[in-house]
This record gives sequence, structure tokens and C-alpha cells, in this order.
Amino acid sequence: MDWNLLVTQLMNGLQLGLLLFLLASGLTLIFGIMDFINLSHGSFYMIGAYFCGTIVAKTGSFVTGIIVGLIGVFIIGALVEWLIARKLYRKDHLDHVLVTFGLILIFDTLVHLLWGASGMAIPLPDVLNGQLSFGGLVLPTYRLLIIVAGLLVAAILFILVTKTRLGMLVRAGASNRTMVEALGVNIDRLFLVVFALGAAMAGLAGMLIAPITEASIGMGNDIIIVAFVVVIVGGIGSVKGAFYAALIIGLIDTLSRSYLDQLLTLTMPGNYAETAAPALSAMLIYILMAAVLAFRPQGLFPIAGVK
Amino acid sequence: MADQLLEITGLNKHFGGIFATENVNLSVERGTIHAVIGPNGAGKTTLIAQLSGQLKPDSGNIEFDGRSIINDSVATRARMGIARSFQITSVVMPMTLLENVMLAVQGGSGHSFGFWSPVHRDRAMETSAMSSLAEVGLEDRARRTAANVSHGEQRQLEVAMALAMKPRMLLLDEPMAGMGKEEGAMMIDILKRLRGDMTILLIEHDMDAVFSLADQLSVMVNGHVIATDTVENIRANKEVQKAYLGDGHA
Amino acid sequence: MSWLPANLSGRSYALLLAILALAPFILEWANQPFYLDLLSRALILGIAAISLNLILGFGGMISLGHAAYIGIGAYCVGIPSYYDYYNGWLHLALALSVSAIFALITGAISLRTKGVYFIMITMAFSQMVFFTFLSMEEYGADDGLVIYSRSEFPEWLSMDSGVSLYYWVFAMLLLSLMFTHRLVHARFGRVIVGSRFNEQRMQALGFNTYRYRLTCYVISAMMCSVAGMLFGNFAGFISPDIMGWARSGELIFMVIIGGVATFFGPLVGTIVFVLLEEFLSAITVYWHLIFGVMLVALVLFGKGGIHGWLSSWDRKEADHG
Repeated sequence: MDWNLLVTQLMNGLQLGLLLFLLASGLTLIFGIMDFINLSHGSFYMIGAYFCGTIVAKTGSFVTGIIVGLIGVFIIGALVEWLIARKLYRKDHLDHVLVTFGLILIFDTLVHLLWGASGMAIPLPDVLNGQLSFGGLVLPTYRLLIIVAGLLVAAILFILVTKTRLGMLVRAGASNRTMVEALGVNIDRLFLVVFALGAAMAGLAGMLIAPITEASIGMGNDIIIVAFVVVIVGGIGSVKGAFYAALIIGLIDTLSRSYLDQLLTLTMPGNYAETAAPALSAMLIYILMAAVLAFRPQGLFPIAGVK
Repeated sequence: MADQLLEITGLNKHFGGIFATENVNLSVERGTIHAVIGPNGAGKTTLIAQLSGQLKPDSGNIEFDGRSIINDSVATRARMGIARSFQITSVVMPMTLLENVMLAVQGGSGHSFGFWSPVHRDRAMETSAMSSLAEVGLEDRARRTAANVSHGEQRQLEVAMALAMKPRMLLLDEPMAGMGKEEGAMMIDILKRLRGDMTILLIEHDMDAVFSLADQLSVMVNGHVIATDTVENIRANKEVQKAYLGDGHA
Repeated sequence: MSWLPANLSGRSYALLLAILALAPFILEWANQPFYLDLLSRALILGIAAISLNLILGFGGMISLGHAAYIGIGAYCVGIPSYYDYYNGWLHLALALSVSAIFALITGAISLRTKGVYFIMITMAFSQMVFFTFLSMEEYGADDGLVIYSRSEFPEWLSMDSGVSLYYWVFAMLLLSLMFTHRLVHARFGRVIVGSRFNEQRMQALGFNTYRYRLTCYVISAMMCSVAGMLFGNFAGFISPDIMGWARSGELIFMVIIGGVATFFGPLVGTIVFVLLEEFLSAITVYWHLIFGVMLVALVLFGKGGIHGWLSSWDRKEADHG
């Protein structure tokens, strides 16, 4: 049993899970509170990566890149909400789908225009490029950082949602929109903040992963679907659900890629296992989603008040 | 005991801490009109919702023609012959009156997995639908869109659709709500004509209608049925007068 | 009963079909054979769009995963061909049955949900198909799969040449149009359309709406897989890219610009889309930007959004009686 491999894969799973959480938390709140389906949420992921990369290139500082990048994505998110999303809340879901699909095309092309077709590498400061040893295990520093950052954001979000007035409004809005409006709360501002915050977190996820995978056009478009799966499995509107579902899915996805073929060889001949494993591991999280929908359609951790 | 088409025993439904219907017992004899009256919030619509299958009761039983239907879906009960009209008009707005009723005829005539024959060339279906529309006096407006007729006419459409299903029992939830005097009188006539051939459970606020139509009358207050009897006996019932008919009603 | 948008008559559509029927000859005469390819591709996508319109336009089920069936149809040509099975009837039968089974399973799960859930789930399932094919190294995965020879049919039905394939496509298009028209006007179609507007009412009339919708979904998927089978033959090269959710989004776009819940709308929309794509991409490499802006503008400013179109269709169509 290769312990180093196992721990590395567990870490990778955790890392993927936390990145998914950053994406899914904003998404689930936007669905839950505004009933708005935003296919272009992955574009914020991409924009965050490019903003950060550009600033790192100009200033040489990764930290500055993150901070300024976050502000940048927050502003873009706010603009999108103000100019476009806001006009669609009362409209059909089909309208949401079409507009946000159009937004993806727009953002992808704008990035192409501004930064060119090839991706952008984001160099890490040396201190983050190394490895740390714990006992017999050797782990890449940067991935540890991502995990720590992810957990930190999750903690902050948790405090925000459960202990602040904004959080209370968000939770109330997720289960009963009209009531919050009736309370005289400035619903426009609430929606704006939620949307922009969600965008910023998506951007953060993009910034964190870009040094490893490179910033590229359309990088958010495939991972956003997995974020949707997380939202469904966790329960629409539930940040807690998004957290646990993201971790579960991140771990399942990562571990199955590494270990499913070995698991399958226990039950079938080696060459079948080799071809079946990649296909099956690709399908696994969707099978999980289907199972959740079949047996517990409100999600694993639905918000209170949802049947 | 007379032939009960519908038997409700011990029906309970609560939302949170409130009992919408509590231990409701009610029987409807075949071929009669059984009216249910009561103040707003008494649980009448919740009762109908449980009878039609829209809501699942917490406990109790519902027997239709001797068979328990408590676990059957809305669609199954409809196919069994229980037709419902809704308190808040629920028709297919963009379709014409005729198209709406033809859907009801389809519903009452077995499955609709026909993929080929156009419905608008089905003379038999059209005739059947037109006759249901004629019964409620809407035949001259058959080709108008449901969205483009008056509210009262939409209520009439609801009843026409229920009739077109050729049901064994009608559940009518305030069919005359929002109707003018003439339309209301027409509706009373229709229901009078149906009596004997059709079994009807009727929720209504219009007391003239109720008193002239009902063979049996149940009074609901706060989720309970406080009395079930003939119209005269109910009118004379002191408890009912106190709870419901009393203040402000002649 | 007229189901066409009020501003175009049946004669215009008959004319369109006539032009399409004679297209190979017209193009040959005008010395523009390249456009036959373009037209073939447009008509293939048109079949897919017509199938999507069945569930989306008429049925109100917004599926963002329909392109998966194009993919399934295409790989039902590609994979047997890889093993040297070129029989066209086999390809067709495979496409229809695999798509039917997949639609039955995923539809059974998806249709238990509504609204935002349904959209996301259809997207997720199509991504699942995408990744599954992407992971199959044997059939090319990311690099794609070459189909060396077209599906084999008896000589008089052959699709080997560009023109004969075009007529295959045209014939399938006619069948799709006719079938959809019949279906929507038949008992089944009435239940589907009624369920789109008032599901509660339909159930109260005795219809198990879930079963009707699932059947509709499966039919639509099978129709779309035929488009996929034709696409595989047309392109000669397929990859998982043809079935991503972005492709499904494009399909929705084609249905929308043509006119939802009309019979010829999806065809018109597809032709417009393909021509636009061709025209715009020749102008600039950033043509996606124009597309995106068009989409956004269309919804935000176009007569109360798509829903406004839907309702205006409803009134127009219903008043034709």
C-alpha cells in the first residue's frame, strides 16, 4: 500500500472539493435566493485567474494578485448583476439559460481579445513552490495552501451566514424570498451583494488553481457542471450542503480515478477493468447525483423549511 | 344502509400545529348532492384536496365505491371517475374552450397514447365536447381562447370539463364563485338536472344554491364537521346557527 | 388550425421545402457545390432542433443536454465502423435503441424534477456522456474518431455521395416535420401541450403527466439520434466535442430564433444560425462575441423575452381556431 500516494490523492480530493465549494457556494445561494440559473458562473472563475495572472506579471506579488483580483471579480460580478441578471429574475428560466449562455460567449471572446488564445501561466513565489514533510509524507506546499485557504473561506462564510445580519437575510431569502421583501429589506442590494460575493469566490477558486493548471479560455465551463452537481447533491440554497457535497464529490472523483481500476480488478478480469475504470469514474459523480435525486431529491443537507 | 359512493372516515390533516381537517367523517350517497358549507378557513378546500389526491392525509380513510383510494394519485382517481373543479380556476388558458373540453373527453376515455390521428378531425370527440359545452351554455363561444372569456365563463368551463370526463362523482369547489346572477342561476339548473344520475360533493358559499340543491348538508368549522343532516334540520340546528349561520345570516 | 407564425404562410414553407428539395441541382447550376455541405449540416442540425422543440417548445421541458443524443447517434456509426461493421440498418437500429435506453433512464430521473433542477440535471447527464466518451481511449477520446466509410445501405438507398447523403438528410427532415406535426395534433400531443401550461389541470383530468412526458422525451431523443447518425456519416470524423452542453445551448438558440413551438421554426432557426455562423466567422475570429451579444440582446429587449414570444404565439395560434 503506497501511503504517500493515498495521502496525496486524499489531499487532491480535498483540494478539488474545496475549489468546488468555492464555486458551488455562490451558485447555490444565487439559485436559492434569486431562483436564477447562471451558466456563466464559471466565467468568473476564468476572469479571476486572468486578473490574478496579469497582476502577478506586473507586480511580481502573488498576494497582490489575489487581493486585487478578488476586488476586480467582485466588481465584474456586481456589474453583471446590476446590468443583466437583475432584469431577468422575474423571467422564465429559459431566458436565464439563453442570456447566461450568451454571457459565456461574450466573456470567452473578450478574454481571447485581451489576452490571446494561448493560456497564461502564473508563476508562484519560490516559498510556495516547495514541499513540506510530515513524518514520512511529502506534500506540495502550494496544495496545502489551497486547502488551508479553502477551509478559511469556508469558515468565514459559515460565520457570515450564521452569525451576521447579512447572513440571516441570506438564509431567510433562501427559504422565503417574499417574506424578506415584505420585511422591507433592500432586496436589490442584498441580491447584488450575494451575486458579487459568489462571483468573487468563483474568481478565488480560479486564482488558486491557475498556478497549477494555467489560466485558459473557457476553463470554467466544464467545472461549472460539477459545481451544479454539488449544488443538487447538497441541496439548493444550502451552503452547508454545498460544503459537504463538494468534499464528497471532490474525494470520490479524485480517488476513483486512482483506485477504481484496482477495485474493479477484484470483480472482473484485468483488461476489462482497465477500459471500464476511466469511463466508470467519469460517470460516478453523476450516478451519485442520480441516486440523490431518486432517494432524497431535496439534497443531502437541505435548508430548513424545504420538504 | 343506503348506497354510499364515497365514504370518508377519520380524515386528519395538519400543517404545523394547525389541524386543517380533524377527524372528518362524511358519506355521500349515490345519486345525491351533498353540500359542504362553512366559514373561510374551515377546511373545505383541504377536504377536497385530500379527496382528489392532491394532499395526502395524515390519517383516516377514503373509500370510493367500496374501495380505498387513499394511496391513489390524482390522475388515478380521476380515471376512476372522480372529477374535480378547482376553487381557483385551473384551465389551459392558451387553448380554446373546445380544446379544453376535448382534453377532458380524452381524459375520460382511456389512455391518450395516440400518436397519429389529429384530434381536430375526431368528430365523435368534438361532438362529445360540444355537448358538454352546451350543457353549461358555452357552445357559442367554443372557439374562443380560455384566456379571452370572462371569469364567470371560465368557471362554467371548469364544470363543463368535469362533466366531459363522464365521471361517477363530481367534486365541485365553489363552482359559482365570481359568477353573476344569471350564470349562477344557470349553474343551479345544471346541477339540478344532474341530480339522480350523478353523485356530487359541492362546496359553496351561495346559500340559495345550497339550500335548493342539497340532499344532505355538512357544516364544517375549524376543520371539524359539526353537523350533517338534511337542509331543514341543519337550518333548525341551534349549534350550527351559533357557529355559522347565526351572525348576520337570515 | 394554423400552427404557423402569423407572418409566414403555409405557402412560404412549401416554397422553402421545394427549394431545399432542388438544392443540389440549383447549387450545381450556380457552381457552388460547397454550399451543399453547408446545407447538409444545417438540415442535420435542423432535425436535432425539431426534436428538441418537441420537448422544449411544445412540452415546456428545457433540456440543456440534448446534444448528447447527437453524440450517441454519431458514435453508433463510429464505433461499429471501427470494428468494420458498416451496415446502415445496424447503425440506425443502434442509434435508436441506445438513445431510447439512455433517454428512458436519464429521463425517468430528470423528469421527477422541475425548473432549475431539471435544467441542471439534463446538463449534468449530457456531461456524463461527454466524459464517458472522452475517457474511451480505444475510440480516440479527445483526438476523435475517423469514420472511413459511410453507412452501407442497398444501392438505391446509398448515402455514399454528397448528393445522396443530402437526400437522405432531406428525407429524414421531411419525416421529422411530418411526424412532429402529427404527434402534436394527436391525442398524445394535446396532453403534452396541455401539461406545459397547466400540469395540475391535466392530472385532474386523469393524465399521468410524468409518463406522457417521459414518452415524449424518449421520442425526442430517438429523433435526435437519427440526426447524430446522419452527422457521423456527413462529417466522417467525430469527437466528444459534438455533445458538450455548449452544443446543447446552441441547439436551444436555434430553436428560439426560429420560433418556439412552431413546426418549421426550428428548421428556419437552424438555417439562420448556420448561415450566421458561416458568415460571421469569415469576418472575424471573435464572432462568438457577436453571437453572445445577440443572445443577450434578444432576450433582454425582444418583446418581453422569450416568454413574451411564447405568450404572443399562444394568442396568435389560439385565435386561428
